Amino acid sequence: MTSEPVIRIVLAKLGLDGHDRGIKVVARILRDAGMEVIYLGLRQTTASIIAATEEEDADAIGLSMHNAGHLALAPAMLAALDEADLDIPLIIGGIVPDQDIPILEAAGVAAILGPGAPAEEVVAAVRNAVSRDRQQ
Amino acid sequence: MSEQSRWQEQYDATRRRDVPFETMSGVPVDPVHGDGPLPGQYPYTRGLHAAGYRSRLWTMRMFAGFGTAEDTNARFKEILRNGGTGLSTAFDMPTLMGYDSDSPWALGEVGRAGVAVDTLRDMEDLYADIDLGSVSTSMTINGPAAAVLAMYIAVGEKNGVAKADLAGTIQNDILKEYQAQKEYIYPPRPSMRIVTDMIRYTSAEMPKWHPVSISGYHIREAGSTAAQELAFTLANGFAYVEAARAEGQDVDQFGRRLSFFFNAHSDFFEEIGKFRAARRIWARWMKERYGATDERAMMCRFHTQTAGVSLTAQQPENNIARVAIQALSAALGGTQSLHTDAFDEALALPTEKAARIALRTQQIVAHETGVANVVDPLGGAPYVEWMTDEMERQAEAIFAHLEELGDGSMLEGVYAGIENGYFVGEIADAAYRFEREVNAGRRVIVGVNDFVEGNEDDETNLLRIDATTEELQRKRLEAVKHERDSVAVEASLDALRNAAQDPSMNLMPPIIDAVKTYATEEEISNAMRDVFGSYVEQAIV
Repeated sequence: MTSEPVIRIVLAKLGLDGHDRGIKVVARILRDAGMEVIYLGLRQTTASIIAATEEEDADAIGLSMHNAGHLALAPAMLAALDEADLDIPLIIGGIVPDQDIPILEAAGVAAILGPGAPAEEVVAAVRNAVSRDRQQ
Repeated sequence: MSEQSRWQEQYDATRRRDVPFETMSGVPVDPVHGDGPLPGQYPYTRGLHAAGYRSRLWTMRMFAGFGTAEDTNARFKEILRNGGTGLSTAFDMPTLMGYDSDSPWALGEVGRAGVAVDTLRDMEDLYADIDLGSVSTSMTINGPAAAVLAMYIAVGEKNGVAKADLAGTIQNDILKEYQAQKEYIYPPRPSMRIVTDMIRYTSAEMPKWHPVSISGYHIREAGSTAAQELAFTLANGFAYVEAARAEGQDVDQFGRRLSFFFNAHSDFFEEIGKFRAARRIWARWMKERYGATDERAMMCRFHTQTAGVSLTAQQPENNIARVAIQALSAALGGTQSLHTDAFDEALALPTEKAARIALRTQQIVAHETGVANVVDPLGGAPYVEWMTDEMERQAEAIFAHLEELGDGSMLEGVYAGIENGYFVGEIADAAYRFEREVNAGRRVIVGVNDFVEGNEDDETNLLRIDATTEELQRKRLEAVKHERDSVAVEASLDALRNAAQDPSMNLMPPIIDAVKTYATEEEISNAMRDVFGSYVEQAIV
């Protein structure tokens, strides 16, 4: 184990999409891996997520998207982070077709986790995104 | 009369399909086998009808909806041309949540996961050139169900089809929204008033309409076990029955119009046991506990959909095999109608080709396998009967817990389980347990944690929803708002607010009046939000 501080991550469902099975499982996986998970729940806005991120001094944000809204919602979240001057990684989980992955990556999404991603991959994606960010 | 002669009489009285009831090799087969209970007889473990699928195959009802009303209307016509026998409408998230396409909440969601419906104009286009007097339509919507049913009634009227002749189902099962699907608008109790108002209205005015489809599908998709799906769903059913009875409705009258919706997942015999147990439990409770005397009010009629959550994004063509097996379990379980998922649905809404293969899959089960020749062909098999009993036993244990929570009332028990997080907690625990087992390799999911060779070859054509849909739909809405009589709109919304404040008034008539003025779905929902408030779920993991 390293002496890295414990990772604090905000998880949320942005917008109307109510599919929360995946994000709840991810919350438990990350918690089991020793992270502090702040789960905001459903129907969050970019503003409510920014507020929670600042209040909790989080190291990363994870959003789950299952309704094909990712090309509109992920850039909106990134813009809100920029505007708040928050330089922390945004991770997207859920259903993102292959062809949209480079688009989201180019926009600045740190990692994208698809359906069936094993627990180790989920944990590693968050750790890597945060440590890249901390090194910057 | 003995059960045998009663069955024989019913069987003889049933008109049967004009096909040979024999095996592929020409061996004639009897309609039912075994010495035990018979289909069509209380408590209906072996099926609701004496002749099963010999009289009528299940309805092949394919769920569709995306983009604008015109896009979905074209897909509906394609389904009917291909031999689909019922329509089923998927709405987009803003519509499902009571927001219009021009709401800030709608960003990125318009037409994405279903069709966008803001006003009566959209519903007119959605069902254009489809004879609503001859097709049965299912509409999957809950929070704003009353407004959408009102729009359907208004479309029928415009096309010369009286509401008494409209046949179909509106999901309108608000209880499972708090437990699993999370598409609620108002808190549970005012929502229940809307449901009981709709039950009362349709019982009186729309004899071919099913006002609630009590749904386990979403509970299962959210991660529950088979027995939890069964138990939570039937418990919700008991809650609706108790709510309607509490306001003086006749159980024999509304009980006939209740229907159910279950998931067909991959564990073949567990699913079949679940379907059989559902019929038996519902019949017993309706008769013994709620005093139903009309047999039709004891019958658990259900629609089935194959398990979307079982579809893998990896090697998606494998999903065709999963769906076929799940469809077979639904047929062997005696479903009244079936939607088969398309193989590409772990990735996106289905393409036309993938949706067609899904329909073809259930046509193969219906017409080639011979399972429709015999009613409940697995009945009497020791494992199947044991599984049916086991599902019932587990469900009864859950009912006992809810009854305790509600001090003897299932309705109060269900409310309490929503308020104290019982349902969401149980479902999340089961989902996590399953994920851990997959992750540890104790459960094999082909293409996901084993047999992964070939995953790199994936190249599936996906349906893309045109990014211009959102803009287009906003313009359509703007045009409707511009054309309509805004004074009439406001007056109708005021009338609705007044009705909402008076529990003795039925909400359906003022909602129908409002949609006819082209009031939007969000305006109608807001009028009721003003009175009923909004529901916010506590976030727990």
